[in-house]
Amino acid sequence: MLEGSIPSRPVYGVLEMRPGRLHLMVADAEGAEAILDLAASAPPDFFAGAHIVYIPKKTGDRFVARLEHLAPAQIYVGPSYEAALPRLRRVLAGAHMGLQVYLAGTEGLMGQAMLEAMQAGIPHSAIQTEHRGSTVRRVQCVHCKGITEDVTHDPFQCSHCGLHLFVRDHYSRRIAAFQGVRVDAEDPGNIPQSVERFR
Amino acid sequence: MTVIFKEETFHDDFTFRNSPEAVKRFPFPFPEDSYMYSVNLEPHKSYRPGSVYERTFDVDEHYVSEMRDRARVLAEDPLRCQSLPHMTLAGWDLLELIMTSKAEEYPELFELHRDGAKWHWINRPLGIEQKFTFLDETTLPYGPMEYITRQTQGDFAVLDQRDDNLWMDAGMVTTQADWSLDFDIGMNFFEWHAPVPKAHEMGIFQRALKFLLNVRQGSPARRLNWTMTVNPLLDTSPENYHKWGVMKKDLTLENMGQMMHLRVELQTFFRLPRSNALVFPIRCYLIKLDELVTVPKWARRFHRVIRDLPIELATYKGFVTNRPKIVEWLSKYDNGAPTSPGIWPD
Amino acid sequence: MSAGAAKILVKVAEVTPVNELVTRFRFVRRDGGPMPTFSGGAHTVVEMNDKDRVRRNPYSIMSDPADREGYSISIRRDDNGRGGSLFMHRRVRPGMEMVISNPVNLFALDLRARKHLLLAGGIGITPFLAQIKQLAAMNGNFELHYSVRTTSLASYADELVANYRPRVHLYHDDRGEQIELPALLDGQPLGTHVYVCGPKGMIAWVRKTAAALGWPREAVHHEEFLAPASGKPFQVMLARSNKTIQVGEHQSLLEAMEEAGVEAPYLCRGGACGQCETDVLEYEGTFLHKDHWLTPAQCASGTRIMPCVSRFEGKTLVLDR
Repeated sequence: MLEGSIPSRPVYGVLEMRPGRLHLMVADAEGAEAILDLAASAPPDFFAGAHIVYIPKKTGDRFVARLEHLAPAQIYVGPSYEAALPRLRRVLAGAHMGLQVYLAGTEGLMGQAMLEAMQAGIPHSAIQTEHRGSTVRRVQCVHCKGITEDVTHDPFQCSHCGLHLFVRDHYSRRIAAFQGVRVDAEDPGNIPQSVERFR
Repeated sequence: MTVIFKEETFHDDFTFRNSPEAVKRFPFPFPEDSYMYSVNLEPHKSYRPGSVYERTFDVDEHYVSEMRDRARVLAEDPLRCQSLPHMTLAGWDLLELIMTSKAEEYPELFELHRDGAKWHWINRPLGIEQKFTFLDETTLPYGPMEYITRQTQGDFAVLDQRDDNLWMDAGMVTTQADWSLDFDIGMNFFEWHAPVPKAHEMGIFQRALKFLLNVRQGSPARRLNWTMTVNPLLDTSPENYHKWGVMKKDLTLENMGQMMHLRVELQTFFRLPRSNALVFPIRCYLIKLDELVTVPKWARRFHRVIRDLPIELATYKGFVTNRPKIVEWLSKYDNGAPTSPGIWPD
Repeated sequence: MSAGAAKILVKVAEVTPVNELVTRFRFVRRDGGPMPTFSGGAHTVVEMNDKDRVRRNPYSIMSDPADREGYSISIRRDDNGRGGSLFMHRRVRPGMEMVISNPVNLFALDLRARKHLLLAGGIGITPFLAQIKQLAAMNGNFELHYSVRTTSLASYADELVANYRPRVHLYHDDRGEQIELPALLDGQPLGTHVYVCGPKGMIAWVRKTAAALGWPREAVHHEEFLAPASGKPFQVMLARSNKTIQVGEHQSLLEAMEEAGVEAPYLCRGGACGQCETDVLEYEGTFLHKDHWLTPAQCASGTRIMPCVSRFEGKTLVLDR
C-alpha cells in the first residue's frame, strides 16, 4: 500500500464491479491480480462485457492464462504501454456513456491511462484504480519538462537535462507525473546522498 | 491621479524601485504584530482613495515595466499562459471585465468604444489600439485571456466551477510565488494548494472554498497573502528556481535593505457572468526592506512578525535559512514601542 | 459579506399570459441601463412586497443570456403553494417597481461536455430556454427532450420546435407519450452530460436510471428548487442577535429571521447551495430537515440547520445567528 500524504497525491482504491455496458480494464504486471480478485466476486457473465488490455512487463506469462480464463469479450496482451496506446484510444473513441474503466498496476500506467480516459470525456473521479506491484514513479522535471520513467531514487538525475532533482508528492493528472525540482538550486553542487525510495 | 510610469527591470540589473508615493500606498499585510493563516476575505469594494484598494484593477507606476517583464518571460516560456479548450468563454468574460473597469476608472489611460459586438480598445501607456469583434477569437492576436492579461498587472488564475469545486483550467502566471501553472493546470482547489503546510489541517481551504463557490456576480472579494523574495524578481517560478534560488546565498547584513523584499499578493475574486467561472487575479507588490522601514510602524511590526513566525511557514515561504539575518537587520528598527491597530502608517 | 446577491432595481415591462397556468414577466432596469449578462441556468431572486411581509422566491431566467435589455421569467401558478406565485399572477402589473437579485447559477452547463442532453418536465423548461440560446450561439451540441401534460400547457414548445426542430423532442402525457429514458441514455457518446429540471419524481427517475446504466455522477446535473414547506409554527432563540422569534405556519425560518431584522446569508433559498447553513447551539425537540445540503450524518447530529427550507418541532431551539 502507498501512504497518503498531500491532497494532490493520488489515492488508489480497490476495484469493484459497477453497472455499465462495457468494462474496459487496463493493467500492467501485478495489476492482473486486482482484476483476478475482482473476478472472484463478479457474476458469471460479467466478463462477457469486458475488454482487458494487459502489459505483463516483468511478470511474463505468470497471469496471462488466468486472465484469458476469465473469458473476456476481448483481451490484448502487449509488450508496452506505448504499444497498447493506439488500441486504447480507438476503444475510447468508439465508446458510449456507461463505459466503466478499471485501472490496475503501477502508478505510471494508471496515470497515463487515466489521462486518455479523461480526454475521452470520463470524469477522473469516475475511473477506478487499484495500485499493485512496483512503487517506482514517473517524474516530470519542472525545469526542462522532460519526464523520467521508473524513478527509484531520490534525488535522481533527470534523464533529459541532467539536473539532480528531488521528488515531490505533488502530482499532476494532466501530465500523469510527480514533480521533480532541482535539489541543489540554492546551493549548487551540494547534492544529498541519493536514497532508494521507490521499488 | 496622473501616473508616471517608471523605466525599470525585474531581472539582471534589477533597477526596480518604489517612489515615496508608492511606498505610502503599499498594501502592508499585517494588521497585528503576529501572523497566522486565516480566511481573511472581505468584499472587494472601493476604499481609501489613492490606495491599491481604490480601483477594480490597480494600475501603478510599475505598469509599463511589469508588462515588458511579462512579455520577456512569455517569450522564454510560453507554457506560463495556458487555457484548456472549455475556458475560452471565461477568457472573454475576463477581457470584458478588465476593459470595462479600466476604461471607466482610468479614462485618461484606457478607452473602450462598443458598438454591439464591434469593440475598439485603446491602451495609451502601452501604445495599443485594437478593433475586434467580441466573442470572435479570430479578430485578436492572442486568445482573449492572453490578450488582456498581457496588458494587466498581476497573475490570473481562471477557475471553472463544477462538482462543488473550483478547477484551475486557465491562467496567465509570470509573477508567481514558486508555483507552476503548467504543472497545476487542471487541478482542483485542494490539489493546487496541496503543498501549503498546516492550512489543510486547520480547515482553512474547506472554509475558503465554500466562500469562493458562493462569490456572486457583482460582489467580488479580496484578501492579502505574502512572502519574501531576494531581489525584485516578479518571476519566481519553479521552472527557474535553479536560477533565482541561488541568489538567496548572496544576502548579507550589508545588502539586506536593498536586496530583501517583502512580496505581497493582493488576491481578488470575481464571478464571471457568461461562463459562471471565477477569476482569481493575484497582483504582486514588492517593497525593499530599506523602503519598508521608512514607515516606523511597519518596521517594528514586521520585525516581530518575522521573528515569531512558526518554522513551517518560514520554510514554506522560503526564507528559513536567512531568517536570523533578516531578524537581526530588522531589530535595529524596533525600539519595542507599541504599534497602532490596522495596516496603515501612523 | 451582506446577505443575498447584489440587488437590481427593476420595473415590470411586460406581463404576458402563456397559457392557463403560466405567465411570463419581463423586468428592465429602472435607470434604463443594461442588465448584467449571465450564464444559462442562472436564477434571480424576486422580492415581493406582499402586504406587510417580504417574500423572496428564486426563478430561472429564461431569456437570452446575451440580451442585456431585460430578464424574463415564467411562473406557473400554484394554487396550493405559499402564495408567491399567486402574488406574481394576481398582483404584478406592467410598470410596477420591484427588486431582483443579480443572477446566481447553481445549474450551469459543463462546458467540457461533448454533448448536452437536456431533459425538461413542465415548467422545468425555463432554465433550458436560456441554455439553448447560449448553446446555439456557441454552436454547442445539444438535444432537448421535453415532457408536457397537454399541448395547451406546453409552454414555449412551438417556438422551440420552430427554431431547433431536429434537436427538440416533445412528449405529451395526455397522449401517453413518455421519454424512453434507458434507450435515450444508452446510446450517448462518451463525454455527454445530461441535465434534468422538472418535478421531483422526474429528477429522481433520471438520476436513478443514469446511475444504473453506469453514468458518472459528475455527468448528471439536476435543478430542483424546493419551496419551503409549511408546518406548525415554532419559536427560535437567536443567540448572537439576542432575539426570540416566531416562525409562522406559512413562513420559513429564514424569512422569519429576515422579518425580525436579523441579517442571515442566503443564495438559493431552496436548500441546495449551503449558504444559509446555521449552527445549532441548543435544542430539545425534532428537526424537520428538508434540504439537499446536509449529509444524513449532519442531519442526525443536531448541530446544523438550513433555515431556508427546514423546520423544527419541539420545546427549545437556540441558533448561532
